[in-house]
Amino acid sequence: MSKSNLLSKRTKQLLSDPLDDNNPITVQVLGICSALAITVQLKPAIVMALSVLVVLSVANVIISLMRKVIPSRIRIIVQLVVVATLVILVDQVLRAFVYDVSKELSVFVGLIITNCIIMGRLEAFGMANGPWDSFMDGLGNSFGYAWILIAVAFFRELLGSGTLFGYPVLESLGIYELGYENNGMMILPPMALITVGIIIWIQRVRNIKLVESK
Amino acid sequence: MKLVKNILESVKPLFIKGGKLEKMYPAYDAFETFLFVPDHTTKSGSHIRDAVDLKRTMAFVVLSLIPCIIFGMWNIGDQYYSAISAETNFLNNLIFGFWKFLPLLVVSYAVGLSVEFAFAISRGHSVNEGYLVTGMLIPLIMPVDVPLWMLAVSVVFAVVIGKEVFGGTGMNILNPALTARAFLFFAYPSYMSGDKVWVHGAGTDGYSGETILGALASNTSSWDNLKWSFNDALIGYIPGSVGETSFIAIIIGALILIFSGVGSWRIILSTFLGGYLTALLFNLWGVNFLMSTPAHIHLLIGGFAFGAVFMSTDPVSGSQTNKGKIIYGLLIGFFAIVIRVFNPAYPEGMMLAILLMNVFAPLIDHYIVDASIKKRLQRIN
Repeated sequence: MSKSNLLSKRTKQLLSDPLDDNNPITVQVLGICSALAITVQLKPAIVMALSVLVVLSVANVIISLMRKVIPSRIRIIVQLVVVATLVILVDQVLRAFVYDVSKELSVFVGLIITNCIIMGRLEAFGMANGPWDSFMDGLGNSFGYAWILIAVAFFRELLGSGTLFGYPVLESLGIYELGYENNGMMILPPMALITVGIIIWIQRVRNIKLVESK
Repeated sequence: MKLVKNILESVKPLFIKGGKLEKMYPAYDAFETFLFVPDHTTKSGSHIRDAVDLKRTMAFVVLSLIPCIIFGMWNIGDQYYSAISAETNFLNNLIFGFWKFLPLLVVSYAVGLSVEFAFAISRGHSVNEGYLVTGMLIPLIMPVDVPLWMLAVSVVFAVVIGKEVFGGTGMNILNPALTARAFLFFAYPSYMSGDKVWVHGAGTDGYSGETILGALASNTSSWDNLKWSFNDALIGYIPGSVGETSFIAIIIGALILIFSGVGSWRIILSTFLGGYLTALLFNLWGVNFLMSTPAHIHLLIGGFAFGAVFMSTDPVSGSQTNKGKIIYGLLIGFFAIVIRVFNPAYPEGMMLAILLMNVFAPLIDHYIVDASIKKRLQRIN
């Protein structure tokens, strides 16, 4: 692909579609487990989103480069090896530089390997498209994943613990003195599911095309 | 009434199609049908219209709740005055309880109906009467001292997530009133459990507001050694949520429901039976005080009776088939006692048991209908 159309209409779409109309979490309903597990607070959610961003975009490029030499019968295992390698790298980096967050995320970093979004994009896109497009697709889907994660974590941390990035926002506003209490339900996983559900609801009210026909 | 009718008629052109406030028609419609018999007629096909519509059905439920409401208000006052060891009389108790109960009721209706109106207007359908009952049930299953803003939050949650998400009245999977209670229970546990919330002022004034279930769940005393007697639990001189304490008031409500045909006797009876048999079973085992509590006492304490009569009989979230109703009821009773006995953190198992069985009710019905079809097919072959 020539440099002139590095950001052609198509590549722009690859970036923007997953943010809204083809969002991996709210429309394709993939990667739900991690969205429930690590969105109690903002910081781990952002670190998780960044990790997935790195793994997904790099894996998509690698698979795209190898797509012509991978025998189709063993392609899943090849994809897994690539993803697993990248996840281990990301895990080591996290442990070296942000140990506390890495401890908090615990197994969920390792479980990026099984994140359906990654396998889904490798199968659906990386195996069939060039490296630059695959990179953009990886970025787009990661951003789509990231903003949902961050939005859910924002509400869960603010309403559940009264903090943002660990800073006691609500306490400094002084609303506890008025009798306000943190909502313990926001910390529990069901509220993550309900928050994601509300985002899905709003999205489908805005774009009626997303509603499945009966 | 004539005057109100005239006013309604005179503003009607504003609301009908083409009028200035066309968008607000559902709100107008709700007021009109609430006050008068609606003049709507069926427009297509042949339908049978029962004179008892949804609104009248709901009115029967509210009617059957009246004994619980009155006893509940009296009991709020009685529990409070006896906790501070003050002299009191019947009227005094009732008035005290009325002023504690009224804010809960007003908040429940005001918030719930606002949400319902908002959804009805934005979706352009008429306001359903379902909330008339839900709004009455919610304050009855709350502790007397629950902060009003928490009540408001839980009502919004129950109406939006419990009902409107699924399409409004008649489409909900879970009982909305119990959804509100479950939300509060998990969101603000210190206001919904423990020994501080069940008698007015217990949180701040230092006297105990422990319920029987709470006392048994803490495993410090057996039923025989508690300060409450069988009669107390039967008549309802015990701390608890506003409307749940009096077994007798609940049974009066149950009779009204059964004789008016609004509530299913199958569900009510089988729930009690399921709970009784399960409790008997645990009596044999009896390793903690909740297990060794006599089976008939289990039916009197906590929210068991109130749940069995007013919550599990919700025609929307419960089973529809006759056989299904019996299975549904038996399992509610079973799970309520199992949760009580095995998880002292959730001594009020009735709420969770009913919500759980609400989820399973369509599945039960599915298999009942399936089995019936299979049987009929065999007959013709």
